[in-house]
Amino acid sequence: MKNHHLKKKDPNLLLQSAPLLRQELTTPAAMKDVWIALLPATAASLWFFGLSALLIILTSIAGAILTEWVFTDKEKRRFAISDTSAGLTGLLIALTLPPGLPLWMVFLGGCVSIGLGKVVWGGLGSNIFNPALLGRAFLLGTFPIAMTTWGAAGGPGEFFQIHSSNLALPFMQAQVDSMGAATPLGLMKFEQQGTALWSLFTGNTAGSIGETSALFLLLGGIYLLLRRGIDWRIPVAIFSTAALFSLIMFLTDGDKYPSPLFTLFSGGLLLGAFFMATDPVTSPLTPKGCWIFGIGIGFLVVLIRLFGGLPEGMLYAILLMNAATPLIDRYTQPRIFGRQG
Amino acid sequence: MFNFFSLGQSFSHGVHPPHHKEQTEDLPIQRVPFVSRYVMPLGQHIGIPAEPVVKVGDAVQRGQLIAKPNGFISTALHSPVTGKVTDIGMHRYVDGSFKAAIEIAADPYATQQFTLSAEQPVRKVEELSIGDFINTVQQSGIVGMGGAAFPSHVKYSIPDEQQINDLLVNGAECEPYLTNDHRLMVERPEAVLRGCEILRQQLGAERVAIGVEKNKPESISQLQQYLTADMPIDIVPLEVKYPQGAEKMLIKSIYNKELPAGKLPRDIGIAVNNVGTIVALADYFEHGMPLIERIVTLAGPGVEEPANLIVPIGTPIRDVLEFAGGLKDQTREVIMGGPMMGTPIADLDAPILKGTSGILAFTDAETARPREYPCIRCARCLEACPYFLNPSRLALLGKARLFTEMQEKYNVMDCVECGACTYACPSNIPIVQLIRTAKDNLRNLSMKNKD
Repeated sequence: MKNHHLKKKDPNLLLQSAPLLRQELTTPAAMKDVWIALLPATAASLWFFGLSALLIILTSIAGAILTEWVFTDKEKRRFAISDTSAGLTGLLIALTLPPGLPLWMVFLGGCVSIGLGKVVWGGLGSNIFNPALLGRAFLLGTFPIAMTTWGAAGGPGEFFQIHSSNLALPFMQAQVDSMGAATPLGLMKFEQQGTALWSLFTGNTAGSIGETSALFLLLGGIYLLLRRGIDWRIPVAIFSTAALFSLIMFLTDGDKYPSPLFTLFSGGLLLGAFFMATDPVTSPLTPKGCWIFGIGIGFLVVLIRLFGGLPEGMLYAILLMNAATPLIDRYTQPRIFGRQG
Repeated sequence: MFNFFSLGQSFSHGVHPPHHKEQTEDLPIQRVPFVSRYVMPLGQHIGIPAEPVVKVGDAVQRGQLIAKPNGFISTALHSPVTGKVTDIGMHRYVDGSFKAAIEIAADPYATQQFTLSAEQPVRKVEELSIGDFINTVQQSGIVGMGGAAFPSHVKYSIPDEQQINDLLVNGAECEPYLTNDHRLMVERPEAVLRGCEILRQQLGAERVAIGVEKNKPESISQLQQYLTADMPIDIVPLEVKYPQGAEKMLIKSIYNKELPAGKLPRDIGIAVNNVGTIVALADYFEHGMPLIERIVTLAGPGVEEPANLIVPIGTPIRDVLEFAGGLKDQTREVIMGGPMMGTPIADLDAPILKGTSGILAFTDAETARPREYPCIRCARCLEACPYFLNPSRLALLGKARLFTEMQEKYNVMDCVECGACTYACPSNIPIVQLIRTAKDNLRNLSMKNKD
């Protein structure tokens, strides 16, 4: 009966207030875009670091999801896991870890990133610091030696050559890895030794499993930019500031300081600029704020790399600017239509 | 000349919902038959409700005055049919509440022809002073036809020290689904232009601009066809973007002027009128027929036979829907107005009002809401808000009920509730609903402080 509404006394009419229309993108779909964007870099990590990388990624994701599940209200659990943000944090932290890191440390990193990085703040959307980077900062502080022991990149032929230290027992002394190598940034800082740009671009260097291949990170980053999944201002501001600052330093002393291209393609700069700094939860809301945020990161990362005690500064550059985000937001509110600034 | 390749003039920010006008844009306006019962709410315009001048049992003619304005910000009501007053009391309003209204039973044997009565002579508009013009418009019952139903004569009362330079006619029709203004411009372009000239001369404006969104090329070409060189009227194609038809956006798009917060368009020499209002004026000064009928778009996925209809004001919505073949089974919600800013209809027996631009029916597909996710600060709402507010922050504060902070730091009262933020939100947060709640609470608070 086609006109039952008109005959009965409108029992079924909803009274949802306008607007009734919604655009199609949902938050879980936006997360899915980030997963897709991380696929090339993840594939590159498997190519260069083999089974070790795979184990690290799976362990880290497991730690993150398990923590989210344990610390979320019973009714909200399935819902909280289904937005896939916890798994994404797990993948992101895995990509910042050295290939030889004992798996129990990786697991702990996943737990801490979600537990201290997200859940204690009130869950998705409430945290101040990027959870993945908070987890990495915890690992770097707690296990400084294991976190700075790097394995050289291999090829697909060595896929099953797992780093023996991966399987170290919890709280036992981690074995010193026989495949130890130095990262391009470490070589630059401590031995003033450069690395071929081509190696940096393809990713055939020592480093964290997901940070070495500039090419594949760029692919993912460009995908996210095209899908408008991230604010373009943040990576653009980071790249141009870091390039400019290191160009100035390079021009003052070309022997001591690296070239701008080396700065951009080495270490975690690309991974951080595309996938960590752009985390909408921990970056400013306002366009002007995004510029300030990106410029701050670009400046801090070069400052730490060239003048600090550490070879890499992306982690602390982003975390410091995360802390400044609420303040930046407060002072960069857009001028309201019809009002004087 | 009209250029199909440029986007058209526009404002910053805003959203692009699919416009869905294809359903009704080519359907000529039809007249609905008269039905047996009409309800005329006394307060269907903004301002003070009208005061009845008829009693129960009185016979009334179509177009006869049945309630007079009760103060300046109030307007007249006329009977939409020839018949008999059967009740003056509380009747269902669209939102489900009861409001004072006059109920009229139509005389089934009457011709329902509108005839001028001796008390309501039609006066030549050229002979009217601006004061007489304003009185006459108030007596005609004409209100803003875009949906707000603000009494038009109030808009035309310009303080002595102010001068109107530009008359801006709103034919943007940025709400999806609605095509009533579009059909009016297509079918009656000469009435639109005539109305523009009447109002321009009365207000003493130099030029008229008619803003039309570019998804209505037929409207634009029709108006241009009837436009002669001696008319100081410009037809301005506008970018298809929501909310292009909001007063402040329209002024920005056409004159590139930002209306300062808290000011009226007349403060910067502009008068803004909906194209439907303009035609109502033209008709009134041509035939003397007061505002007793209007064009309503019947559309949406839940309507069997979409249509553009001339409906006598006061016709029960149920009767109008029945004329259009009824509602589909899956219908879950019926809206008065557009889908972005309209009001949900609680009772289909409520009447069509002077401000009813459309009746839209939606099915499960449009009304089913996914779960609400936490705000991930993606800033899509900031990019959507045409007023450059911070909806993300406002929603967060709204949930915490920090209403005073919402106003003091984030100017929540500047929000016009266009709903662009809520449309854009991927987390399905009811942002504009939270803002409405806050504005309501703030209004109550300021009333309390006054007492």
